[in-house]
Amino acid sequence: MKDIKKVLVLGSGALKIGEAGEFDYSGSQAIKALKEEGIEVVLVNPNIATIQTSKILADRVYFLPVNPDFVEKIIDKERPDGIFLSFGGQTALNCGLDLFNQGILKRYNVQVLGTPVSTIELTEDRQAFADHLHKLDISTPVSKPAYNTKDALAIAQELGYPVMVRSGFSLGGQGSGIAKSEKELKDISDRAFSFVKQILVEKYLHHYKEVEYEVVRDKFDNCVTVCNMENMDPLGIHTGESIVIAPSQTLTNYEYHSLRSIAIKIVRSLNVVGECNVQFALNPKPQTVDDPEKIPFEYYVIEMNARLSRSSALASKATGYPLAYVAAKLALGKNLTELKNKVTKTTQFCFEPALDYLTVKIPRWDLNKFKKAENTIGSSMKSVGEVMGMGRTFEEAFQKAIRMLDLDFEGVIHESLFKDDDQIKEQLKRPTPNRMFAIAHALIIGITVEEIYELTGIDPWFLYRIDNIVQQEKALKFKKKLTKEILLSLKQIGTSDKRIGSLTNKTGLEIRELRKNYGIVPAILQIDTLAGEFPAQTNYLYLTYNANHYDVKPLKNKGVIVLGSGPYRIGSSVEFDWTSVTTVMRLKDHDKKSIVINCNPETVSTDYDISDRLYFEELTFERIADIYDFEKSYGIIVSMGGQTPNNRAKALKAYGAPLLGTDPDNIDRAENRTRFSALLDELEITQPPWDSFTTVTKAMSFSKKVGFPVLIRPSYVLSGQSMKICHSEKELRDFLGEVASISQEYPVTISKFVEDAKEIEVDCVAEKGIVKALVVSEHIEHAGVHSGDATVAQPAQRIYLETLRKIRLITKSIAKELAITGPFNIQCLAKGNNVAIIEVNLRASRTFPFISKVIGTNLIEMATDAFFGKNIKPLNGNISDLDFVAVKAAQFSFARIAGADPTLGVEMASTGEVACFGDDVEEAFLKAELSVGVKIPKKGVFISIGGEVNKYKFLEEAINYLFSLDLPIFATDKTAKFLHRYGIPVKRVYKLYETKTPNVIDYFKSGKIDLVINIPDQDVERAINDGYLIRRAAIDNNLAVFTNQQKAILFLKAITEKKIETLPIKAWDEYK
Amino acid sequence: MNATLQLKDGITLEAESFGAPVSTSGEVVFSTGMMGYPEGLTDPSFKGQILVLTYPLVGNYGVPNKNLWEADRLMVSGLIVSNYIDTPSHFQSQNSLAKWFKNEKLPLIQIKDTRGLTQHIREKGSLLGKISINKPIGYYDPNKENLVKQVSIKNISYLPSTNKKAKTILLLDCGAKRNIINSLRKRNVSVIVAPWDFDPFTKKGESKIEEITGSKKHFDGLFISNGPGDPTFVTKTITTIKKSMDLKIPTMGICLGHQLLTLAAGGETTKLRYGHRSQNQPCIMEGSPRCYITTQNHGFAVNDIPSNFKKWFTNANDGTNEGIIHTKLPFMSVQFHPEATPGPYDTEWLFDFYLEKIKS
Repeated sequence: MKDIKKVLVLGSGALKIGEAGEFDYSGSQAIKALKEEGIEVVLVNPNIATIQTSKILADRVYFLPVNPDFVEKIIDKERPDGIFLSFGGQTALNCGLDLFNQGILKRYNVQVLGTPVSTIELTEDRQAFADHLHKLDISTPVSKPAYNTKDALAIAQELGYPVMVRSGFSLGGQGSGIAKSEKELKDISDRAFSFVKQILVEKYLHHYKEVEYEVVRDKFDNCVTVCNMENMDPLGIHTGESIVIAPSQTLTNYEYHSLRSIAIKIVRSLNVVGECNVQFALNPKPQTVDDPEKIPFEYYVIEMNARLSRSSALASKATGYPLAYVAAKLALGKNLTELKNKVTKTTQFCFEPALDYLTVKIPRWDLNKFKKAENTIGSSMKSVGEVMGMGRTFEEAFQKAIRMLDLDFEGVIHESLFKDDDQIKEQLKRPTPNRMFAIAHALIIGITVEEIYELTGIDPWFLYRIDNIVQQEKALKFKKKLTKEILLSLKQIGTSDKRIGSLTNKTGLEIRELRKNYGIVPAILQIDTLAGEFPAQTNYLYLTYNANHYDVKPLKNKGVIVLGSGPYRIGSSVEFDWTSVTTVMRLKDHDKKSIVINCNPETVSTDYDISDRLYFEELTFERIADIYDFEKSYGIIVSMGGQTPNNRAKALKAYGAPLLGTDPDNIDRAENRTRFSALLDELEITQPPWDSFTTVTKAMSFSKKVGFPVLIRPSYVLSGQSMKICHSEKELRDFLGEVASISQEYPVTISKFVEDAKEIEVDCVAEKGIVKALVVSEHIEHAGVHSGDATVAQPAQRIYLETLRKIRLITKSIAKELAITGPFNIQCLAKGNNVAIIEVNLRASRTFPFISKVIGTNLIEMATDAFFGKNIKPLNGNISDLDFVAVKAAQFSFARIAGADPTLGVEMASTGEVACFGDDVEEAFLKAELSVGVKIPKKGVFISIGGEVNKYKFLEEAINYLFSLDLPIFATDKTAKFLHRYGIPVKRVYKLYETKTPNVIDYFKSGKIDLVINIPDQDVERAINDGYLIRRAAIDNNLAVFTNQQKAILFLKAITEKKIETLPIKAWDEYK
Repeated sequence: MNATLQLKDGITLEAESFGAPVSTSGEVVFSTGMMGYPEGLTDPSFKGQILVLTYPLVGNYGVPNKNLWEADRLMVSGLIVSNYIDTPSHFQSQNSLAKWFKNEKLPLIQIKDTRGLTQHIREKGSLLGKISINKPIGYYDPNKENLVKQVSIKNISYLPSTNKKAKTILLLDCGAKRNIINSLRKRNVSVIVAPWDFDPFTKKGESKIEEITGSKKHFDGLFISNGPGDPTFVTKTITTIKKSMDLKIPTMGICLGHQLLTLAAGGETTKLRYGHRSQNQPCIMEGSPRCYITTQNHGFAVNDIPSNFKKWFTNANDGTNEGIIHTKLPFMSVQFHPEATPGPYDTEWLFDFYLEKIKS
C-alpha cells in the first residue's frame, strides 16, 4: 500500500428513502478515524445539514453532486492518494464503481481503500454473486437473471408463482416485489427496468425467517461478526421495513453459528477489508432427515452489502461497537487487535460484543404524507426513519420503541385504530405500518397465536410476547388495587405511566406519583459491549425496570440535557441532528457536561463519542422526567431537536424541570393558533384571515367571504393528508366530506390562501428578547409549497428593501413580546410590500445548518451562548451581502412510494435536501438539482401547463429558454396549440383520455423524453386525474419531473445559460 | 417471590422459582454467552456451579432432544436468569426449560438484576452461594474436591472408524463435551473414550489398548478433555499424560486438559478471579497477526509455562495464557474450546492441526 496522506471520502447526498441519516454517522466516523492518523480528508457531499460537512471534521468539503462528472473534476483538483467508497451508501458506491470502470481512478493514481472494487462489483451483480456462492457450496434461492420483462415472465413460468423480483445496483429494494401472477410480475418488471438493467426472478420463500450478520474483516484475515439480527417480519418484507431484533431470539446455537460461519466464509472468499453484511433466509421448519447425527437446517443467502449500511448503523448502536470507525481503520491496513475498544477502554476491537439487553428497531413510515400512496409494506422500502428501543425483556424494548416513533401510540395496544375484526384480519394478511397493533388487537379478540402465525409468518415466539402484554393489561381490569407487584410487572413489560393511567382511570402523573411512592424507578445501565465482564468507562446508557441499580452517578449541576430529534420523518430529519450535535459541542465552552437523550440509531448525536453522556431513550415526558429525576441537571434544552422536544416544554416546566431558553408559556403563545393570532393582532402584525369551524355551512360562508382559495387544517383526518388548499366550493365540500371530519369535537381551521405571494424564511437568534442574528432567505416557489419542499436561496434574490425593513421590525417586536432566548424561525408571505406572518417557531428550524454554513456564522453556537446569558455579540447587520449564492433544494423519493402523486403542496413530501454554492442563483440551483438526481435533458422535453392564466405566465418567462433549448418539445392538445401560436416548434402527443396512440406515456416509455414539466391546474377535475397519470408515469419511468411553475422556469433558465462542463468546481472554503 | 439467592459475602436476593422447588449450593459464576443454553447447561465443566446467564432472555427455543446436549444431563447446580421465557418456539423444541429443570430436580430462578449480580461477582471474584427454596441449605465449595471423578464416564467405550486404516485416539474423559468426541470422529479417526483415571500403559510402558480394540496397534494420539474444577486434584490423569509424553505420543488438551498437560510438563496453574465464561474471547496466536474468537468456560488458568513449551495463544483482553505448544514434539493444548457448542467454530481447525501431527 502506498503512503496515504490525503483521502477523498464520498458522501451519500440527500436523505432519501433507502439511504438516510445512517450515512452521516458512517461518514463522520470514517473522517474521525482518518484524522486520527494525520490524514488530510476531502469530502464530497451536497447534504449541507449533515455533521460530516461541518467545519469540525473534514479538511475540505465540496457541496457538489456525488456523480462521476463532478467527482472526477474534484480528483483532478485535489489529487488524493486514496478514496473511500463504502461510507456513503449506494450513491457513493455506484459513483465509485463508475470512476473505477471509466479508468479515472487509475488515471489519477487514486487507490480504493478497503474492500476491492472487484468484490463490490461481484456482490452487486446478483447472478455473478450467486455463481460465486455456489462454487463455495453455499446455497442461494433458486433464481435466474432477466434483462427484459419477456425473459422475466418466462423464468417465472418455469419457477412457478409466486416469485420474488430483486434488482441489482439499487438501494432499499427499489424495483423489487413479490408477484403472485403474470400481471403483477409484468408491472413490477416494467417498473424495475426503468431504473436497472438486470433483475433477478427468484422462487419466493414463503414465511422464511430473515437473519442478518454484520461482519468485520481486516487485511490479515481476522474476521468477526459484530452483531446478528433477526427480523420479526418474515422474508418478503424488506429489512428496512421490518421490525428487527438484535440479537436473534429464535435461533439455536447451531443455526446461529452455522450462519455465522457461512457469513465469514463468504467475506473471506471475497477479501472484504472493512465492514459488510450478509442476509440469510432460514427455514423455520426444515425437512427432518433420517440421520440423527444430522441437524435439519435449510438456509439461503439473500444478499450481501460490501459497504456500511443502515443495518451497520443499527448494529453499531445496538452493540456499542463503532463499526464505521473500525471499518475506516481497517481500510487503512490496521489489524483489528491494534484497535482499542473505545467503550471499555481496556479491551480491543477483535471480539464479538456480548449484550445483556436486547434491542428492537421499528421503522417509521409517513405514507399519509403522500397523496394517493398505497398503505401497504413489502419488499421495497417506503419507511423514512427508524427508532430503536432497548430493554431487558422483549416487551419492554418493543413498547419503548413504539412510543419512540412519536406517533402518539402509548404501546402495542391501541384502541380505536381498526374499524372491525375484518380489517384486523386484512392487516394481518396484507401488512401495513399498523401491523403490530393489528396483532395485539387480534389477540384481544381471541384470534389464536397459531392463526396469526399462519396469516403473518411472524414467529410465534414474538406473538407470545405480545400476548403477554395483552394478558397483563386484561388482568388489570379485574384487579381492585394497583399493588406494587402489579405496577412493577407492568413497568417491566414496558407499559407507560400514561397507559396504566388510562386503564385505571388515572392520569399518567398520578401513576408516576404512585410508583415513586412504591419505590419503583427505572435502573440506569451501561451498554458496555461485554455484558459486565469487564469494568467499562462508557457513557452509553439506557433505562430499564428489569434491574435495580445505577451503573453511573448523576452529573447534577454539571450536566445539561439536550433533547434530540427522535426518528427521522418527513419534516424532521438530519438537520435537527446537526443542531443537537452543534449544541452539545458548544456546551463545552460553558463548562457543562452534555447529556443527550435520543432514540434514533441513524444519528450522529447517538454516537459514543459525541456527548459526555448518552441516554438511548424515549423522548416522552415520562422518560425525560425519569432521567431528570436522576441527573438533577442544570438545565434542559428543548429547542434544538425540532418539534418533538419542543412539544415537551410545557409538561417539563410544569414538572419543575429547569428549561434553558424561551419560557414554555411563550412557546405556547406561538404554537397555539388562537393565542398566536391574538398576539399578532396585539402587535399589529398582519396575518391571513382565519377562523375555526364546527359545521360545513359556517366553513363555507367564511370561505366565500374571504374568497377562494382557502387553506384547510382539520384537527382529525380519516385518511391521507391533513392539510389542503381548496380552490372551489365543491373542492371544500368534498374534502370535508371524504377526508376530514368536521364537528364540535373536531373543529376545522380555515385561512385565506394568498396566491402568488413570495414566501420568506427568517432565521434568528435572540437573547432575552433582543434579536442578535436575523437572516432572511427566500423560496423560489411561490407560497403554497411547504417550506420543507421549497427551493431556498440565500441571499434572497427578489425581496424589496422595504419588505426587508418590515420583516426586521416584525421580528424584533415578536422577539421582544415573547422574550425569546435562543433560536427561532419566522415564516412570512410578501406580496408587493405587504408582509403577513404565517408561522413562528421558537426553536431551531430546518434551515439553521444551511444558513449557518452559508453565512459562515454558526447560529446554533450563538443560540447556545444565549442560553447562558452571556450578552452575546450581535451578528453584523448586513450578512446577506455575500459574493456568492447558495441554494437549498429538496430531495423527493416519489419513485419509491407506489402511486404517490409528485405534485407539491402544503403538506411536506420531500425526504431530504441538499445545498450547493454558485456564483449566481442559476449555477447554485443547477448544481443542487443535479445533486438530487435530476439530469440535464438531452432527448426531449414534455410540457403540459394547466389553465390559460398559467400558460401565459409560463410562456412570458420561459419563451426565450424554450427557443434556445435546442431539444424537441412535446405537448398535449391545448399546451401544444398554445406554444404553436407563439412560434415554438412543438410535437403534439395524445392525452390518456383521448385514447389515441401514441399517447404521452408511450413517449415516456420509448425514451424520447427526459424532462417533464407538468403544471397542474387545480380547478379542473379531469385535468387533475389525467395529469396525475402523466406525472406518475414520468416518475415510474425515472424521468425528471417539475410540477411547480417557478422552479420549472428557473431550471429551463439554468440549463440554457449554464453548461455542465464549465460549472466551477469550488470547495466550501473557496466561497467567502 | 418464593426463592432466595444468598451469597457468602452476606448478600441476599429475592428470586422467583421456575424450576424444581429444591435448594442448591455451589460456586456462583456468570457466563456472557448469548447463544446455546442447552449446550452450555450440559457442559460438565459447570459441575458444582450455580450459573448466572448475563443475556436476560432464556428459554426462547426450548429444549431439544438429548442427542443435541453436551452430556446426558444438566451439569449446573442451578440456573439464574433475568427473564425466563416459558413459551418456547422452535421446531426442535421438545420441552420448556423449566420442565427440564423440574425433571432433573434442579432449581431455575429468575432474578431481575442479573447485571448487578454479575458486576458483584466481577468485583469480588467468584463467590460461594446458595439458592434456597423451601428448605435451608449450607454452602458448598466445589473447588475443594475432585469434581472430575463425578462427571467422567465410568466405563471405556470404543468408537471405531469405518475406515480400517484410521488412526486411534485415546480420549481421557475428564468431563468431555460430546462435541469433542464428535469433532474427532467426523475426521475419520477411531476414538477410545476412557475414564479420567484410566491408565493405558502396563508397567513396562506398553499399551493396554489391545484389550479394547482387539488390535495390536498402539493408540496414535492422546487427547485430554475439558472438565470441572481445580486441575491439581486430577493427579491420575497428570501421571498418564507424563507417561504418554515420555513415549512422545502426540498429545492434545482442551480447557482442563490444557491445565493438566501443563502440570504434567512441569508448569503451574492458578485460579482466576472470576474466570472466563463466554463465547467471545479473543485469542491471539503468538507470532502471527491472527486473532480467533473462542468459547471459554474455566475458572483456573495456566500461569507458568513448562520448559520446552512456548506460548501458543494469548487472551487479547487480559493477557492470560490460552494455549501452549512444545518447541519440538507434538504436544499442545488450548484453554479455549475448539469444539465450540456453544459458540463459534473458528478454531475447529485445531483438530485437523493435531491430527496432522499424528499422521506425520
